[in-house]
Amino acid sequence: MSVLVLAEHNDQAFLSSTFNVIEAASKINDDIHLLICGSKIENLANEGKNILALKKVITCDNEGLNNVIAEKISPIILSIAKNYTHILAPATTYGKNILPRVAALLDISQISDVIGIENPQTFIRPIYAGNAIAHVQSPQTLNLITIRPTAFERCETMGGEALIENIPYIETPSQTRFINREVTKSDRPDLSNAKIVISGGRGLENADNFKLIYELADKLKAAVGASRAAVDSGYIGNEHQVGQTGKMVAPDLYIAIGISGAIQHLAGMKDSKVIVAINKDVEAPIFKIADYGLSGDLFQVIPELMAELDLLNKIES
Amino acid sequence: MKVLVAVKRVVDYKVQIRVKSDQSGVETQNVKMSVNPPDENAIEQAIKLKEQGVASETIAVSIGDDKSQDVLRTAMAMGIDRSILAKTDQLLEPLAVAKVLKSIVENEKPDLVLLGKQAIDDDANQTGQLLSALLNWPQGCFISKLKIENNLLSISREIDEGIENLELTIPAILTCDLRLNTPRFASLPNIMKAKKKPLDVIDIGELGIDTTPKIKTIKVIEPPTRKAGIMVSDVKELIQKLKYEAKVI
Amino acid sequence: MTDIQREELEYDVVIVGAGPAGLSTAIKLKQINPETNVCILEKGSEVGAHIFSGNVFETRALNELIPNWKELNCPVQNQVNKEEFLFLTNASSIKVPNFLLPKVLQNHGNYIISLSNLCKWLAEQAESLGVEIFPGFAAKNLLFDDGDNLIGVQTGDMGLDQNSQPKENFEPGINIKSRVTVLAEGCRGHLGKQVIKKYNLDKDKSPQQYGIGFKEIWEIAPIHHQLGKVMHTVGWPLTHDTYGGGFAYHAENSQLYLGYVVGLDYKNPYLSPYDEFQKYKTHPAISKLLKGAKRISYGARALIEGGLQSLPKMSMRGGLLIGCDAGTLNMPKIKGSHTAMKSGMIAAEVIHQHLTRNSSLDLYEERFKQSWVYQELHKSRNVKPSFQWGLIPAMIFTALDQKIFQGKLPFTFNHKHADHQTLIKAAEASKIEYPKYDGVLTFDKPSSVYLSATNHAENQPCHLQLQDLDLPIHFTLNEFDEPAQRYCPAGVYEIEIDNQNQKKIFKINSQNCIHCKTCDIKEPSQNINWITPEGGGGPNYSGT
Repeated sequence: MSVLVLAEHNDQAFLSSTFNVIEAASKINDDIHLLICGSKIENLANEGKNILALKKVITCDNEGLNNVIAEKISPIILSIAKNYTHILAPATTYGKNILPRVAALLDISQISDVIGIENPQTFIRPIYAGNAIAHVQSPQTLNLITIRPTAFERCETMGGEALIENIPYIETPSQTRFINREVTKSDRPDLSNAKIVISGGRGLENADNFKLIYELADKLKAAVGASRAAVDSGYIGNEHQVGQTGKMVAPDLYIAIGISGAIQHLAGMKDSKVIVAINKDVEAPIFKIADYGLSGDLFQVIPELMAELDLLNKIES
Repeated sequence: MKVLVAVKRVVDYKVQIRVKSDQSGVETQNVKMSVNPPDENAIEQAIKLKEQGVASETIAVSIGDDKSQDVLRTAMAMGIDRSILAKTDQLLEPLAVAKVLKSIVENEKPDLVLLGKQAIDDDANQTGQLLSALLNWPQGCFISKLKIENNLLSISREIDEGIENLELTIPAILTCDLRLNTPRFASLPNIMKAKKKPLDVIDIGELGIDTTPKIKTIKVIEPPTRKAGIMVSDVKELIQKLKYEAKVI
Repeated sequence: MTDIQREELEYDVVIVGAGPAGLSTAIKLKQINPETNVCILEKGSEVGAHIFSGNVFETRALNELIPNWKELNCPVQNQVNKEEFLFLTNASSIKVPNFLLPKVLQNHGNYIISLSNLCKWLAEQAESLGVEIFPGFAAKNLLFDDGDNLIGVQTGDMGLDQNSQPKENFEPGINIKSRVTVLAEGCRGHLGKQVIKKYNLDKDKSPQQYGIGFKEIWEIAPIHHQLGKVMHTVGWPLTHDTYGGGFAYHAENSQLYLGYVVGLDYKNPYLSPYDEFQKYKTHPAISKLLKGAKRISYGARALIEGGLQSLPKMSMRGGLLIGCDAGTLNMPKIKGSHTAMKSGMIAAEVIHQHLTRNSSLDLYEERFKQSWVYQELHKSRNVKPSFQWGLIPAMIFTALDQKIFQGKLPFTFNHKHADHQTLIKAAEASKIEYPKYDGVLTFDKPSSVYLSATNHAENQPCHLQLQDLDLPIHFTLNEFDEPAQRYCPAGVYEIEIDNQNQKKIFKINSQNCIHCKTCDIKEPSQNINWITPEGGGGPNYSGT
């Protein structure tokens, strides 16, 4: 048994998803190789060999792999696929774009967005937007799997001694031309992808008070969300609405402030890793699903929070 | 330019699905079924291309049992010219779907195939990419903008970091994001007209494709319900927990 | 948007509402003459989406309409095999022996069904006969000619924003012109309301009476489930001066159809029908059934209860008003599906004569009077009015009226008030403290609405129209403590305090509306007018 992990990176550094996928790989087997496709990736290779769980780092370094074009990367993976029993990629737009191409050419049924691994042949994945969980079994001799990064911890990035191996680039006819990438440059990330979301509800009482949410979000480099009630009352625009009829989010941390926790709102954020609720009503339904609940006046709590976060930053630096 | 649109009949996105008590799957009996939402965006885009004079003919194709005819009628009521049902009572994996689509593509010879980026039932997000590889055509996945000029496709696609702009040659496969357009309503007169539009049914068996599933679903269960955690006494404690226990800040 | 050019379609008959009445009309029309062009407009996203009913079904009309229904896979399968009628007190229950029950309350030979599924099946039968059914299209307005004859309906515009301005996907409604328009929208249809007023159809009739009916479906433990068992209750938790009662029907798949009806002629403005129902579930006779059970569905809908005394004239120039839209429900029997179907079948016959021989649609009245529906409604006409004397006297009277006199007493009690006129002032009423929801047997409104699969497209005009925008705060709040906060089963209406100026505002969360029509009925000043939201929106009661 042998597992190949497709690294996600920006040529300078690994994206954190790579570490989650390696962690997932270690649940399958300990013979794990990391494939890095890119241009001028020597530094990355050196970083990769330190990752504890890896036995080998495989690089394909070529200008042609400068920008991530699925049609160019899939032949590279294909060229070494037969050496493995499992090939893992992150279930990010990167991995989702590339891996199925490999699956098609190998005539393999890919398993997408895996959130748990029971054994090397049995995987757990969400269906119907996570409203049902499927346990699937694949007897295929090679399994292609995309891994949901947030479902696994980060692997240990130091202490490893992996070998580095280069493999040749494979030229492909050009049907796709990369023009450019517009990266969202904002300290305030997109709500759908943010790692931390601060949401405000009716408890904020008016649109002006929502600036407290924005300030707290800035401190934590978080996205700003809102309950339907806040949106309907005009406190904030509906692009911030989290819930059954708004956006579904699954950040690492979701802080719900002044939100009662009607089931419609919960439907939009129940997959968050950690939920914090701040509400002056101890009976608010949101406390039934919050990992950490703080009963108090949000107009006092938020300034306190910001002060504590400042203190924390001071201590850290 | 001929445009082919793949359409899937799925449980309506507004339905609260229920997991069957025998864990064999999700309850679909007596449940509202509709066009997969991103497929609506694909349909809308195809119709827009026809209205712009870029597409000469639009065809919708669906793979499923007889009831899938209704999503094809909906597509035609929105404005698609004709449709094809590849009939099967089996549940097909994305790979098999892609093979069936390949067969239809080889027959119909479209210049552009549009699909929704993922089906809201199985959430696999594979079919467009699989088809693209099988045909060796370029793929543009999760597109939110499309321009066609000089037989080149200029697309903007939604990626985690933002937007990526690519240029593809034709023929190509595009999978559509919800942000691509606003699907139109099918008006009553158009629904009437659609009843007369051609809907061809082909039996999947005639295509000679092996559609045996390679993956077995052992069980389908409800997601674990979140339980209440703890109440913290003050902000200090909250920060401590978030930093050192949960490790999320 | 009245000033735009609209497309037109023409039919012989357009029917508003794909419920039992409308579908029966369509099927019968095609059976009589397959050449008749018939279409049905249905505001729900699919047939059955807005059909909400107990339901213990009497097959009399179905036997007449489609005699071989059993062979056609009709979803009428679970016969009633056990019956119970309980009088509840707050701690216990007294079983009324079946032989003491009047025939109207005996269900031998009837079936426990999902009316929504039956309507889906009826729709298939209709379509196979060539009826065109258009789900997702709301009939918004009536069309009249210069002579004030009804000549068809106009479907609602789609894709308007909350200021009624066209959005990107704006699609104008169309005019459907027809020789006969059949209104079969169910209880308190908004078009039915209009024609009753316009043509004075309720002249010399008693004010109409309504109730609000709740139903939840629970998956219960097999040990508590008895397929085919029917239970009705009266008494607790309602006080004896409020009409109402509960039901529990054991359906297939280990499901329990559990429900409650509260008469909307209740007097106390602090009464919350929703909370009475939630409280009802805590009675030992009910809670024991729910041990280890899971709630999977919720809904509510107004029922029409006035009977013959309130039944308006059902015909007008160019149209017919049938089923619950008119008021053919037999309240003591707690059944309206079979009578609705029959009223539709009679409509088909009258329409056919009108189309081929130009006879008047007013022939409907005569044909209706000759039918078993009329006989049935006549027999049970005095039961509901007797409840104005209180529960016990009413039960005694009903026993006498139905069992001894077989409904043939030589007088008819009239209804004295319309439901919106019965509330006493808040200052004179006693507040009711309802228990907190426990999340096991009883639940808050948002959780319940969630289980009704209710959805309305975002950013559309509010379909709950207030005649006087200030009335709720300036009058109704003081006078009656704004009862909309309580009679709405979906939490649409809330009183909020604007924190800028400390003023109270009447908030309308129209997207939660489950189309029950209770607000249209009970608002004391009749200030709320329910009209159709964008087609396809609302609850989805399919399978319930």
